[in-house]
Amino acid sequence: MSVLIITEQSDKKIKKQSLESISYGVAVSKLLNVDAIAIVLGPSDDVLSSLGEYGVKKVIHQQTIGSIFSDSRSASILLNSICDQEKAQMIIFSNSLFGKSVAPRLSVKLKAGLVTGAVKLPEISNGFSVRRSVFSGKAFADVKITTPTKIITLNANAFEINKTRGNAEVIESNIEITPSNITVIETKKNEGNISLADADKVISGGRGLKGPENWGMIEELAKLLGAATACSRPVADSNWRPHHEHVGQTGVAISPNLYIAVGISGAIQHLAGVNRSKTIVVINNDPEAPFFKAADYGIVGDAFQVMPKIIEAVKNLG
Amino acid sequence: MKILVCISRTPDTTAKISFIEQNTKFNPEGVQWIINPYDEWYALVRAIELKEKDASTIIHLINIGTNENEAIIRKALALGGDEAIRVDSGIDDAYHISEQIANVAKDGYDMILTGKETIDHNGSAIGGMVAEMLDCNYISLATKLDIENGNAIVSREIEGGEERLSAPFPIVISCQKGMAEARIPNMRGIMAARTKPLKVLAASANETHTSINNFDLPPAKAGVKLIPADTPELLVKLLREEAKAI
Ligand SMILES: Cc1cc2nc3c(=O)[nH]c(=O)nc-3n(C[C@H](O)[C@H](O)[C@H](O)COP(=O)(O)OP(=O)(O)OC[C@H]3O[C@@H](n4cnc5c(N)ncnc54)[C@H](O)[C@@H]3O)c2cc1C
Repeated sequence: MSVLIITEQSDKKIKKQSLESISYGVAVSKLLNVDAIAIVLGPSDDVLSSLGEYGVKKVIHQQTIGSIFSDSRSASILLNSICDQEKAQMIIFSNSLFGKSVAPRLSVKLKAGLVTGAVKLPEISNGFSVRRSVFSGKAFADVKITTPTKIITLNANAFEINKTRGNAEVIESNIEITPSNITVIETKKNEGNISLADADKVISGGRGLKGPENWGMIEELAKLLGAATACSRPVADSNWRPHHEHVGQTGVAISPNLYIAVGISGAIQHLAGVNRSKTIVVINNDPEAPFFKAADYGIVGDAFQVMPKIIEAVKNLG
Repeated sequence: MKILVCISRTPDTTAKISFIEQNTKFNPEGVQWIINPYDEWYALVRAIELKEKDASTIIHLINIGTNENEAIIRKALALGGDEAIRVDSGIDDAYHISEQIANVAKDGYDMILTGKETIDHNGSAIGGMVAEMLDCNYISLATKLDIENGNAIVSREIEGGEERLSAPFPIVISCQKGMAEARIPNMRGIMAARTKPLKVLAASANETHTSINNFDLPPAKAGVKLIPADTPELLVKLLREEAKAI
């Protein structure tokens, strides 16, 4: 019996979100009194035995992966084999594009109950239940899984990375990848910046910024803080910013450590996509803007006056 | 081309979220129900656009739910779609719902479209489960969909960029923003919807894997700490020293 943690990499390095999943999976494995095993997919520049520092006993490294990140079918067949081999009783994914694509398929294959978007460790005193985020961040549900094998996808920034000491045994795996009938026609990179879904910090602008020509200060602050940029829906709809930056109920839902909203009123549909952020900062010249009610820090003031000073202060931080 | 669009009923985006019966049930009092926006704006409207390009396209809608859902099914039919199927079930488990959809979908549909998630459960699980049950391809979180030379051409956002994929039918696709522009039903559509067939089927199985124990609301925020507009550097200091966010 074991807990398997499916990790993901970015530029051949384990993603931060996956380190959160590993820490979560290790904590779950302690609850269940079984071993935690991390699965690493594709070539890696990380020293994989050092994943033992997060508490896993074993790392299974599958080098050849074909196009499993574009084809959920071959991905789920591969992971199914590994689950069988390791007698997995629990599988942890990040609630990422890959997790969302593959976990539901694997759940059908293994007849394993699935909880997506978990935000807490399971409760095992009375059955097995997991807390997840529902109603677009406005509530939580405690969901009971009634099957012996279980799959959980973990929300970003919901679980603290826990690093101590240790060394994991690394096992090279050579499972043959099922051929895919999905063809990747092309992949495009978005210009330069950090991807929103994975970002630890996000700087977001709304209609209060008046026009696309005023986004320089958003971009500058984002660059200084290593943050991604985002926007409200009307901003994307007016083509001031690209659509992939639109956050909210009908755009991307994010849960970064820090969300700074500049010139955004805080409509309920906007909040639904950002209310899981750990620290929310609102800059708005209207003291009545609803966003202040959801904020941790606020400045009532003109963004065009305030932002340059914030940028200065960040530069002076050193 | 035969398309099955999955339609879910959700509370309106502005609905007040509260719970009853010891926090085990959503409180429906005063709540306006809508078609889940991802299902409507993106999946359904894109299917309608494809039918406008190729009139031979057939669009069926499917909803798993009780008869309370018929109002939103009619609304979806008013936007477009040839007929609707409702599988009568009150069970809220993703595996169960997927099994009902797959059971209908196996009868000759080329494409099964869902929204990327519902705005109440936020599960994002149905599309993948249905695809696995049908043993066909699944592309999640699609932002564009076209049909070329008998293949689905799908774009979706990946980490830091976008990929464009080509895949044969049958296929399940979950849809999000970018797919289509929202529409409002017109009078003709509303009239036509009244007479479009709405078939009701009995649920075909009742296996479930999960159930909701209870709900909870997040703790209220402590309240905003306001920083005077003339000292924004204080904000930066607090973010570093107090919130440890930068
Ligand atoms: C079904 C549905 C789904 C929706 N989904 C989304 C969604 O996913 N995401 C989303 O964002 N919206 C969504 N919306 C739209 C939402 O209701 C709001 O209309 C939108 O969020 C408003 O965007 P905004 O805050 O940028 O603009 P506004 O509401 O116009 O707010 C601009 C703000 O800027 C402030 N401001 C103006 N000048 C300055 C200045 N010089 N300095 C500082 N502040 C200034 C103003 O005080 C105001 O608060 C949805 C709506 C519906 C009906």
